[in-house]
Amino acid sequence: MTQPVLSVRNLEVEFVTRRATLRAINGVSFEIAKGEVLGVVGESGAGKSVTGLAVIGLIDPPGRICSGEIELSGTRIDHLPPEEIRRVRGKRIGMIFQDPLTSLNPLYRIGDQIIETIRTHTNLSESAARRRAIDLLAEVGIPAPEKRIDGYPHEFSGGMRQRVVIALAICAEPELIIADEPTTALDVSVQAQIIALIKRLGRDHGTAVMLVTHDMGVIAETCDRVAVMYSGRIAEIGPVQEVVRNPLHPYAKGLMGAIPTLAGEDKRLVQIPGAMPRLSAIPPGCPFNPRCAFVFDRCRVERPEPIRQGDQSVACHLFEPAKETAA
Amino acid sequence: MLAFTLRRFLQAIGVMLAVGVIAFAMFRFAGDPVNQIVSIDTSAAQRAEIRHSLGLDDPVLVQFGRYFINALQFKFGVSYQFRLPVSSLLAERMPATLELAIVATIFAMVAGILMGVYSALRRDTILARLFQAVSLIGISLPTFLIGILLIYLFAVTLGWLPSFGRGEVVKLGWWSTGLLTVSGWKAIIMPAITLGLFQMTLIMRLVRAEMLEVLRTDYIRFARARGLTTRAIHFGHALKNTLVPVITVAGLQFGSVIAFSIITETVFQWPGMGLLFVQAVQNVDIPIMAAYLLMVSLIFVTINLVVDILYTVVDPRLRSTVGRAA
Repeated sequence: MTQPVLSVRNLEVEFVTRRATLRAINGVSFEIAKGEVLGVVGESGAGKSVTGLAVIGLIDPPGRICSGEIELSGTRIDHLPPEEIRRVRGKRIGMIFQDPLTSLNPLYRIGDQIIETIRTHTNLSESAARRRAIDLLAEVGIPAPEKRIDGYPHEFSGGMRQRVVIALAICAEPELIIADEPTTALDVSVQAQIIALIKRLGRDHGTAVMLVTHDMGVIAETCDRVAVMYSGRIAEIGPVQEVVRNPLHPYAKGLMGAIPTLAGEDKRLVQIPGAMPRLSAIPPGCPFNPRCAFVFDRCRVERPEPIRQGDQSVACHLFEPAKETAA
Repeated sequence: MLAFTLRRFLQAIGVMLAVGVIAFAMFRFAGDPVNQIVSIDTSAAQRAEIRHSLGLDDPVLVQFGRYFINALQFKFGVSYQFRLPVSSLLAERMPATLELAIVATIFAMVAGILMGVYSALRRDTILARLFQAVSLIGISLPTFLIGILLIYLFAVTLGWLPSFGRGEVVKLGWWSTGLLTVSGWKAIIMPAITLGLFQMTLIMRLVRAEMLEVLRTDYIRFARARGLTTRAIHFGHALKNTLVPVITVAGLQFGSVIAFSIITETVFQWPGMGLLFVQAVQNVDIPIMAAYLLMVSLIFVTINLVVDILYTVVDPRLRSTVGRAA
């Protein structure tokens, strides 16, 4: 086994508010190998983005990582001093945010923003950094980069700005890219281009990618493995084909059932009744139990731990007996 | 960009025309100017002669045209009380007012931005809270009171600084400056602080609020995710975005600083245009009042124009959108 690029074990993140301490992430573990794309799906508030921010060390007070370990290529990066985690950000982990329209500082030329980032992380001279910036812009598919490098963000379209953001994220050849809903703010035709670009960059540079999204289509098309998150936990994680074709967790089943297909036009889409619990009112036991069609007594009392099922891993009591007989 | 500047320039001329009408109207509605000039025992024939010699029996429009053409050449008539051309009176007093206003504005900008940035970045420190408290005092205490308190403390009790006047001045051509002598600097400290204190607190609060706002934006979060140093984020990215509205306010406030220097100049007996204006009001010296009105509005309009153009220099988004909208 080669060492994974990113390894997260039992991550817990909480937000301390005046009224209560809210646990946004509750025991999340996963790994991403070199060149692998891990999709993270789930409803809004499931903890997808917080997981990404925790990895890159951008959880701001009142939030904090209260337990667990995050390792990047074998070195722990949680609880690093601010100055050291800063050197990791942008250099070893690149991040892409949801809204390209607001991710770039409107008052600086895009070239200056790229050159600034390159020079923060490398010893390149101003002119060498500029040449590198032009190469990067060309690599992410911006036409006439030697001219566009002196443009301001408002002179670019949404899709082009997201390409610039990607160029910024990869400018120091990071080992890991965290893309937090990179296509949500873009229109459909541009979405496909951006996803293809991220996938190509990951493959060409052997970069691990953590792709946070709620678009199942994007997951099916792009990812090698997928983690389904629910209420701050991973409900199911496994290779993308297995999870999409043969989901085990009742929540994952519901999620996959909600993907419209062209073939089955006459079938009604499956709905999951109810809504995800608020962080202040997570039910005891399995957080999905109030909405689950297969709920039984144990689900309301005991929290399910992840159980291996072939290549998949699922946190559900339904699969418990199978494990016990195997053991 | 050129079309934008040109359009703003035409608007500025429009404003100045309107102010000119008001200034001119002051002569006609503040009593008969002839009565202001002659003594009580002047005969009616003499009065008519004066009226004719001053052109006051011409149609209103002709008079306005004449006033306007004279004003363009900086001829504002003769002061009733000093019997001297108003323009030379103003020119003599202007350096004092401008020096005071510039020193006050620089003090307000430097101190305001420093305190604002500090209290935004170190929000919970004792010093930041102290700044907030001081700014509340600065914003709510009237100028004349601050001036009098300063005089009491530093001039009367401690005797460190002079309580009135400009100190020694040096002539540089027609411009007289107090900034080249020690006594001049000593004399300008208290009036400048008095005049600039309100602007300083205003700028400080504005910088603090804007900075906090900017620090929450996505591009600052993205800048952090790129691993830029805290210094580059705070003083490069955040401060530059903060300064866009600050430039406008500080620029517009410069006009107010000149206009409201009347009070400060009166308290400190500063020999500037404001003091001249107060004396003119007391003596119903309309030519001076009208000329002062024109002067101050010219300064206001010019500053507005400069601020608008500066805005486009700082914020690239305005350059092209303005061009397209035109």
